[in-house]
Amino acid sequence: MSGMGGQGAADGPLQRAAAWLVRLERLDRRWVFLTMGLAVLVPILWIGLTGRTFPETPTPAAQAVFDQIERLPEGSRVLFSFDYDPASAGELQPMATSLLRHCAARKLKVVCMALWPLGSNMAERTIAQVIRQDFPDRREGVDFANLGFQAGNEGVMKVTLTDLRKAFPRDARGQSTQDLPILQGVRSVRDFPLLIVVGAGYPGCKEWVQYVVTACGGSLKMVGGCTGVSAPQLYPYFPAQLSGLLGAIKGAAEYESLVNSAMGGETPPKYLEAQRRMAPQLFGHLLMVGLIVLGNLIYAAGRIRRAAA
Amino acid sequence: MTRQRLTWMVIGLVVVGLLGVRGLVGQGLGRVYVERVEVSVAPGAGAASEPWRAVPAAEASRSWTTWKRVPPKAFGAALAADPEQDRVQLSWPRTIGLWLAAFFTLAIFSFLYADNVLYKLAESVVVGVSAAYWMTLGFWDTLVPKLGGAIVPDLVRTWVQPSLRDVDVQQQVSMWVAMVLGVMLLTRLAPRGGWIAAWPLAFIVGVTAGLKIVSHVESDLMAQAVATMQPVVKVVETADGGVSAWSTTWATLPGVLVLVGVICSLAYFLFSVQHRGVVGGAARVGVWYLMITFGAAFGMTVMGRIALLAARCEFLLDDWLWLIDPNNMRA
Repeated sequence: MSGMGGQGAADGPLQRAAAWLVRLERLDRRWVFLTMGLAVLVPILWIGLTGRTFPETPTPAAQAVFDQIERLPEGSRVLFSFDYDPASAGELQPMATSLLRHCAARKLKVVCMALWPLGSNMAERTIAQVIRQDFPDRREGVDFANLGFQAGNEGVMKVTLTDLRKAFPRDARGQSTQDLPILQGVRSVRDFPLLIVVGAGYPGCKEWVQYVVTACGGSLKMVGGCTGVSAPQLYPYFPAQLSGLLGAIKGAAEYESLVNSAMGGETPPKYLEAQRRMAPQLFGHLLMVGLIVLGNLIYAAGRIRRAAA
Repeated sequence: MTRQRLTWMVIGLVVVGLLGVRGLVGQGLGRVYVERVEVSVAPGAGAASEPWRAVPAAEASRSWTTWKRVPPKAFGAALAADPEQDRVQLSWPRTIGLWLAAFFTLAIFSFLYADNVLYKLAESVVVGVSAAYWMTLGFWDTLVPKLGGAIVPDLVRTWVQPSLRDVDVQQQVSMWVAMVLGVMLLTRLAPRGGWIAAWPLAFIVGVTAGLKIVSHVESDLMAQAVATMQPVVKVVETADGGVSAWSTTWATLPGVLVLVGVICSLAYFLFSVQHRGVVGGAARVGVWYLMITFGAAFGMTVMGRIALLAARCEFLLDDWLWLIDPNNMRA
């Protein structure tokens, strides 16, 4: 003990601070997990109890999505591909909800489809949550339709370029798409002025850009929403090949805020889902930044200690 | 008893105790309610307004019962209006499903403390259910309608899919080829003759490469090159027709960053020239660009993961524990 005390007395304040930091090298990582859990859980509780959300300022990519839908004349048809499943619904469902709500409010005719097996269920759920509840005057088959899931990934995309009904001979209810009023006058995806894709991975936004939008040579506009993991791959396509992009929950919150402002009045809580998830994001990211800084300090402290030894 | 086992026991007892307390306080927790909806369709119904999905006049009338999920407050309202009602009621299957979802969520989270039997159980269930789901999906969504629908259309139409469209000879022939290739692929599982599978594999690789090369050259090489070749300097004019120096600089900066980034990142991947002098300097700048890109990608990934964690936490606090009610489902 006396030896250690003597050595500590000989060390300067920098060495003592370094020695204290080096002890954190052996910190059990489960403390980090617990801290992250609390950083996410506490803001959710706070927002759940108070109902408050943070204000959002839209970035150009999110604003572009909003503007593209605003530009379409009433009654225009849009093709909406739900290429995700419940595993990524935490990120993507809020943006799908807001996109469908915006389209319905603008009185656009929405044709939903899916290249992910559970995407059809996600489309049906979103339609039930938005159109059937808040726009009951919209008629299925006339103002909106769910064509369901079709297996084949890029193969289906290529077929939609020539014959949409060949790719989707039946809708999600099993009825033939031949006589569907919403598809009257539609032969292929080229007959839609706007394509909306909410995609979690493969196949998703990237494949739609590669196989369909580029092949249409600019006649078809596309806006998309994607997970945080795939967003860096998609930003290079904006704005030339992708007219707007909602990157992860942040993009969803910005777009949600834009739609809520445009709709006016009191916003139902179900249309605040993305904004509610921004508080956990803030504290989670602050913790992550703090941990990165701390980790680097510990690394530097270790070097100082080794150099002193 | 080991220390870890003791910790697990304490955690388990605390969770059960808290659940018990939560169940006795206020509205309770974790219940799902449904409303009975009677549906009946008469022959010829909707023929005037929705002819594309009208029930044929020759068919008999049909009626059935569906159960629609409703918020818990709907049950309270229905009970207040009529204490004897059974239109809105507790759904045991859905409630059990909710509790199972909560249990599996906590079981997966428990891995953060240490590997344990509950995590292994949840993991095995996910793997098993996923495998079964994809197999069933492949059978009913691909094999039956696409392959069976082309090779034996009458059989599929009679027994599985009455709305199956007629297929032409070309489709039939191509599906026969697909079936033969598929059977050849299965020879990989046989003890001898595995080389036969090389042919369909070659076909798959060739077709995939053909599709991807064309799309990548068009969308990722040509279109991206065109999108990059934009005027660097963007002049911003003021209201009186002059040039705003500040706004012009600000508008030009992104173009300059893109130009420098593209050239320097390409320089880093130029391995046929030694990274010295100008090329070396550009490559070092390129490394910085790449690092910033990786950092941004990491940040986006963190955002995605936190969003998923937040969604599960919301599920636990809202749907299961009824501690928060952001959607006014129970108020």
